[in-house]
Amino acid sequence: MSLLDTKFEKGGVIISKVEDLLNWSRLSSMWPMSFGLACCAIEMMATNASNYDLERFGIFPRSSPRQSDVMIVAGTVTFKMAERVKRLYEQMTEPRYVLSMGSCANCGGPYWEHGYHVVKGVDRVIPVDVYVPGCPPRPEALIGGLMKIQELIREEKFGGNREDVKKRLAAKSAPAEEVIMAEHPNQADRSKGQDKKETEVEETAETA
Amino acid sequence: MQPKPLTIDEIAALVREKFGDVISEPVKTPTAEFFTITDLEYLQAVMYFLREDERTKFNYLYCLSGVDNGDGSLSVVYHLESLGVHGHRLEVKANCSVEKPEIPSVAEIWRTADWHEREAYDFFGIKFIGHPDLRRILCPEDWEGYPLRKDYKVAEYYHGIKVPF
Repeated sequence: MSLLDTKFEKGGVIISKVEDLLNWSRLSSMWPMSFGLACCAIEMMATNASNYDLERFGIFPRSSPRQSDVMIVAGTVTFKMAERVKRLYEQMTEPRYVLSMGSCANCGGPYWEHGYHVVKGVDRVIPVDVYVPGCPPRPEALIGGLMKIQELIREEKFGGNREDVKKRLAAKSAPAEEVIMAEHPNQADRSKGQDKKETEVEETAETA
Repeated sequence: MQPKPLTIDEIAALVREKFGDVISEPVKTPTAEFFTITDLEYLQAVMYFLREDERTKFNYLYCLSGVDNGDGSLSVVYHLESLGVHGHRLEVKANCSVEKPEIPSVAEIWRTADWHEREAYDFFGIKFIGHPDLRRILCPEDWEGYPLRKDYKVAEYYHGIKVPF
């Protein structure tokens, strides 16, 4: 399914399923809970700020778990904090999504062996939907993770199971190498442009 | 009062003159100069003297840390500075054993020692006698063991969450 707004045809009339409409409205206003745990939170704040401007996706932080549907676990989760994280997650209304940001929240990060105080992955406390690797991840990576949650919401069905949605999405995914190595649509033009420049240079040399 | 920074030997001589043989000879390494208070009964008196005496005037305790020496003994290191008066600095140590980890508190002398001593208690289990409010400061209240001791082993579970990787 593509975005709803690409479905407009003649006369500004759109015919769609209620399911798609609801999913589209939900994924266009994901409100994360405003809380950060460590250095990843700085990167998250930068993503919220004007340079990366998360609000263009309808994403802006809420100060209450009652009003939010996404939890960005940005940083090191200590055992002392783990209970609070769990409590906050339980206070969020369903459907709720969890994004684990950075190596510490994913698997304990640099504290995986000698950190007596760090939970080795926030998924030992609450269920996680999307993991964003990095130490800390760049804002682009965080935006990528949030767009993965949007994909997840877009695929959801009434009365459906989220695990089934994840399986469907996994079947659709392509290997990273193919995406990276594939020829960029602009690449052909660009190489043409370079040739043109060179010929131009030659021409100007001849005329001179 | 004219500022007059003192060397560690001069400060040690002042303490000996006042209290007798309660401190060790000053130890000088390329990275640190310190003396150890050997008689812990005099620790608070020596510290109070260092703070109040016109010649030393150590009005600032800028760090207090716990150490596990790994040989069955624990240490507390005090870093003192005479801020705005003489400008000199001093390192003082005090030792105790793992079996009886007790050291007199200096929280009444320098208020800043309050939280530093709680931290040393939290991580090394050093009990500061006379501290006004000795509880854990960073670890949760129900944490078991003292995590920065050399022989510390992490628990298998904490509140139902698996601890090791």
